[in-house]
Amino acid sequence: MEQVLVNGVYLGCQYALIALGLTLIFGLMGVLNFAHGQMYVLGGFVTYYVYGVLGLPFPLALVATAATLCVTGALFDKFFFRRVLRHGAREEASMLLAAGTALFLESLILIFFGEKHRGVPSLAPGVARIGDAYLPYSRILVMVLAAALIVGFIVFMRQTRMGRGLRAIAQDREAALLQGVNVERYGMIGFAIGAALAGLAGSLLVAISGVNSGLGTWISIKAFIMVMIGGAGVVSGAILGGFILGMAESLGYRFFPGGETYLILFVAIIAFLAIRPQGLMGKPWG
Amino acid sequence: MSRKAAIAVAAAVVAWLVGVPLAIGDWTYQLGVLTQASALSVIAAGVWLVFYIGRIHIGQGAFALLGQYAAAIAITKLGLSFWVALPLAGLASALFACAIGLPILRLKGVYFAMVTLSLTEAARLTAQSFVSVTGGPKGILNVPLPGAVEVFGLTLVPDFAEVNPHIALFVLATLLAVGTFIALYRIVNSRLGWLFRSLQQNEDLASSIGVNVARLRVIAFAIGSFLGGIGGAFFLVVQQSVYPSSFQVQDSIYLMLYCFLGGLGYVFGPLVGTFVLFIAFEFLHGLNEYQPLIYALLMIGLMLWLPNGLLSLGRPGASAPGGGAGGGPGAGAGGGWRRWLHLPENRP
Repeated sequence: MEQVLVNGVYLGCQYALIALGLTLIFGLMGVLNFAHGQMYVLGGFVTYYVYGVLGLPFPLALVATAATLCVTGALFDKFFFRRVLRHGAREEASMLLAAGTALFLESLILIFFGEKHRGVPSLAPGVARIGDAYLPYSRILVMVLAAALIVGFIVFMRQTRMGRGLRAIAQDREAALLQGVNVERYGMIGFAIGAALAGLAGSLLVAISGVNSGLGTWISIKAFIMVMIGGAGVVSGAILGGFILGMAESLGYRFFPGGETYLILFVAIIAFLAIRPQGLMGKPWG
Repeated sequence: MSRKAAIAVAAAVVAWLVGVPLAIGDWTYQLGVLTQASALSVIAAGVWLVFYIGRIHIGQGAFALLGQYAAAIAITKLGLSFWVALPLAGLASALFACAIGLPILRLKGVYFAMVTLSLTEAARLTAQSFVSVTGGPKGILNVPLPGAVEVFGLTLVPDFAEVNPHIALFVLATLLAVGTFIALYRIVNSRLGWLFRSLQQNEDLASSIGVNVARLRVIAFAIGSFLGGIGGAFFLVVQQSVYPSSFQVQDSIYLMLYCFLGGLGYVFGPLVGTFVLFIAFEFLHGLNEYQPLIYALLMIGLMLWLPNGLLSLGRPGASAPGGGAGGGPGAGAGGGWRRWLHLPENRP
């Protein structure tokens, strides 16, 4: 049982990191970033090349991943989403656009990186023992890094001028515009940060379980589940959703070693959304 | 539809049914492409109807898969004829849609989109998990072709295995598509169509006038899923097998693309979208490897430059996203949709 708890916390840290990026983009732009899982995969591959193939230090790989994904996110915003959102089209248009970008990124990844499953050498050898539970050092490192990134993100949003601007846009776009926030520029920054968070999550996880080009859709679905649990566009909801999913998955694999875990989760979520459609922390809408 | 138009449509359908097999009856591959396009357009029509009530539906793959499995189980395990299994598959999908629609249709916008997307994945997992019913990852194989239908010794439909099965399937797919789009056209131009449009524009307002919003949403969803189930069952006899991955998330997204390509504001949008994309792709045969990339670029380009679809071309002010809401109500509700698309953004 302790092992289940430890695994749950470990998974929760990573999942929260993934959900944070998705919820940030949704909160700022009203866009559901379908390509989130693909951005995660791209981050994994960048780390694989920088750390695994070139043999450069892992921190450098993290920086390279963050930079690559920032640029990807910013370009997505500039060339795709901003144009469609400017027309004031409703969700259908941005939704199909987002699905298109996901497919686009996935096929590019497949063309450039191939179908093979890629892994990198372990970050830190050895295993720690916590009570009755075992946890490899590399997982502890990944967990700590993920937690640090989450805390860093929260501090950034709370304490910096830019973070305040981003929060203002998420609260009320028009009011933020009137107060002199450069909405377009901040939207781009938000998209870049969201993408970078997805990429960093992929970068951390490639050290544990590797990465392959077909992973994206499944990661996106997991991210959607977390956001549905926690509520779209709410930072606390994303973190909560991440930890709940991590714990549920850990419990599920303990009691249902087959593939039934997610089936049960899907049913539970549909039932949950029937009672609370806006998620745990979300604002109710009309 | 006027009497003249009805005769014209009937003539066109007969010409298509006779002309195509005469022209390319020996090219089984090309005939198969047209067959598949017809069947896919039936499934896409279901997606279109759910979009018509203002919901973003990315889960039609789940209902097509359900229909395909339902038909497979009815034929192989229960020993029913394909002609019974086909409507049964549609009904199974529609019933499931009713059950699941009641809770999830309360969701709007991205929430509904996320749930339906997860639904496709959940359907695949279900098919994989219940090995005793669905055969698990191996699926159900060796499904026979549709048999003969005889009434009082009179053969209404020949056994597909005894005639040219490619032409028989082509005729069946065409008839299914024609039936679907006539039904869809009738629905959209009936009282029900007006009610659906009222949901698309403003559910709260519709509800305040006394429209039973919850019931109508489920009706639209069930009809859409019925079409998905029928289409799925048809693909069962085309492929003569079914696997958990017969319809995937990607297929659900493609189905959405077909609707957008033709135009969400037009009843015949899904038909046009499916055929244009399918046939255009046959010209780019060497590019099969890059199909996802090309589809992706097409989707992005469509949203950037032609958000109202191909059928909006040539209608003044319709193709430009910032254009006016001019033009009469096209095939059904083009005008309504355009007005709707140009409403100020309404974020949750």
